Amino acid sequence: MNLAGRDIRHNIGRFVLTTIGLGLLLMLVMGMGGIYRGLVQDATLLIDRLRADLWVVQKDTRGPFAEISRIPANLEDRVLAVPGVLSSNAFVSHTMQRERNGKPLRITVQGLSWPQDKGNWLPISAGRSLGRAHFEMIADESLKLPIGEKIKFGKDSYTVVGHTRAMTSPAGDGMAFFTIHDAQAIQFDTSGEAIRLERSARWARAQDLDIGRTQPQMIERTLGSSSELAALGPASISAVVVKVKPGFNPEQVRAVIVKWPDVSVYNADKQRQFLIAGVVERARKQLGLFRILLIIVSAIIMALILYTLTLDKLHDIAMLKLIGARNSVILGLILQQALLLGVLAYGVAWLVGQWLFPLFPRRVVLLADDLWMLAGIVIVISVASSIIGISKALHVEPNEVLS
Amino acid sequence: MNMANKVSVLEAQSLTKIFGSGHTEVVAVSDVSFRVARGEIVALLGPSGAGKSTLLTLLGLICPPNTGSISIEGTVVFENHQAKVNVRQFRRQKLGFVFQKANLIPFLTAVENVRLAMEINDQPAKISRLCAMELLDYLGVAQRADHLPSKLSGGEQQRVAVARALANKPSVILADEPTAALDSVHGRQVMELFRKVAHEQNAGVIVVTHDHRSLDVFDRTLEMEDGKIKA
Repeated sequence: MNLAGRDIRHNIGRFVLTTIGLGLLLMLVMGMGGIYRGLVQDATLLIDRLRADLWVVQKDTRGPFAEISRIPANLEDRVLAVPGVLSSNAFVSHTMQRERNGKPLRITVQGLSWPQDKGNWLPISAGRSLGRAHFEMIADESLKLPIGEKIKFGKDSYTVVGHTRAMTSPAGDGMAFFTIHDAQAIQFDTSGEAIRLERSARWARAQDLDIGRTQPQMIERTLGSSSELAALGPASISAVVVKVKPGFNPEQVRAVIVKWPDVSVYNADKQRQFLIAGVVERARKQLGLFRILLIIVSAIIMALILYTLTLDKLHDIAMLKLIGARNSVILGLILQQALLLGVLAYGVAWLVGQWLFPLFPRRVVLLADDLWMLAGIVIVISVASSIIGISKALHVEPNEVLS
Repeated sequence: MNMANKVSVLEAQSLTKIFGSGHTEVVAVSDVSFRVARGEIVALLGPSGAGKSTLLTLLGLICPPNTGSISIEGTVVFENHQAKVNVRQFRRQKLGFVFQKANLIPFLTAVENVRLAMEINDQPAKISRLCAMELLDYLGVAQRADHLPSKLSGGEQQRVAVARALANKPSVILADEPTAALDSVHGRQVMELFRKVAHEQNAGVIVVTHDHRSLDVFDRTLEMEDGKIKA
């Protein structure tokens, strides 16, 4: 006869409420783990998706994710000339904040190296990849920008032609993909008045120089567009993403580029390490500590619940001992209830989490390994928590029935 | 009924139980010796504080005596304060208890309360259900078998408690004021039930009682005072 089941059936309301309460607590533990995984996945998303063998960035920086990196755009061509390089693409990434429907809209702008890269590698959930050199964008679903909508960034409007799923920056902002020129145009967008003021300043500076006074035609050119000035280079990029030809070892290519005095070069593992050990390290530790605290709190609460449930039954336990019940019967009663409580609370945590986690502002990623580990922890907590109750029950004297 | 020639099922020899020590010492039971034969129903009488309930806990193997011995069916169970057998197993197999309150497990139905005692004694579930129903029928509460204790009257609860005490066909049944919470009619019924059980199941029954109206039910009475059995 299963005493635990019959006791639960007798006090079903209390048991259900206790299970739900504990389940919500476990959901927080589960959520913390999921937020941590989401943080790491978001941080390493682009690195994993791009599958680049090497990242070429500004000398002595850990860019382009861990810190700012600026390199000249023509580095793309220099890298392509290195033996063993299959492709080298410019990489531009920056975050902007705009207002949309009265709410702040944060977008991480990613430049695709048009025309080689149209974004076909992206996880497109609706629409298509880029089809034109300008004024198109692929937006992540989390940005809630409908396909076909034209959105103005700077002086130009961009049409949303496709959606990606779960493409967010390490900070949790949705990504939007443009051609690299559009991405730079958005990044370096300057108002008309600022351009006019800059041209005037240029003209004034040139007039103060001997060369300006001796060559008046050059002064005239300073009043023109920046792009027409040979002295002013094209807008810089964040990094160059390198893929190595089959049969070549990326380390061979890296050994060549690493000798260049103006850049640093890292493989994909090193980039991942920069992000996990740098950008998300504190958040990871904080979440980890908070998770441990929640597990301890859950264990204490569970122990208190089980102890209270045992106290309620002390008279019955004394009666069981009086009629000769073995300790295993009493132990089974408490332990089975503890395990059932733990397992059902875990189920509640999972079910509620399935519904609730997608509503969180940041991604909550539940990995099978993490779920199994938490299930194991819950079992251990259930058993450990019931020890106090079991200890109390085993010390009850049968003559307490008579009192 | 003449019990002199019958085999004794329970034998207490020079039992003494002392609580506390020094100036707080209380001698609850002092040098008590008696026998109960198979099929005999014995009333244990005496004023409050006479030591009746303490004697019952000694005989029920709930706590050990300081000195003296207890034998059940010829097996020495306690000798002084030393247990000579597995006490809990012995209690499970040889003894049945009934108290002033029925003390039924509240989350089990009447039949489950009886079955529990059987299953604790390794009776298979299928047989226990059948036997428990037979017992409840024997005690006149079969129609209430699937009710929780909270849905039973005091008399019905006490009958179920008696059924539980009989579940493993015990050699000795110990009852501590089993009719105190019942009206006179139900109280009488329960006492007659004990007599029936003692005689039909050949068990030794000891009932602690204050109810002098039912003394005719008993084969013998023992009266206690200041921890001793009066001659």
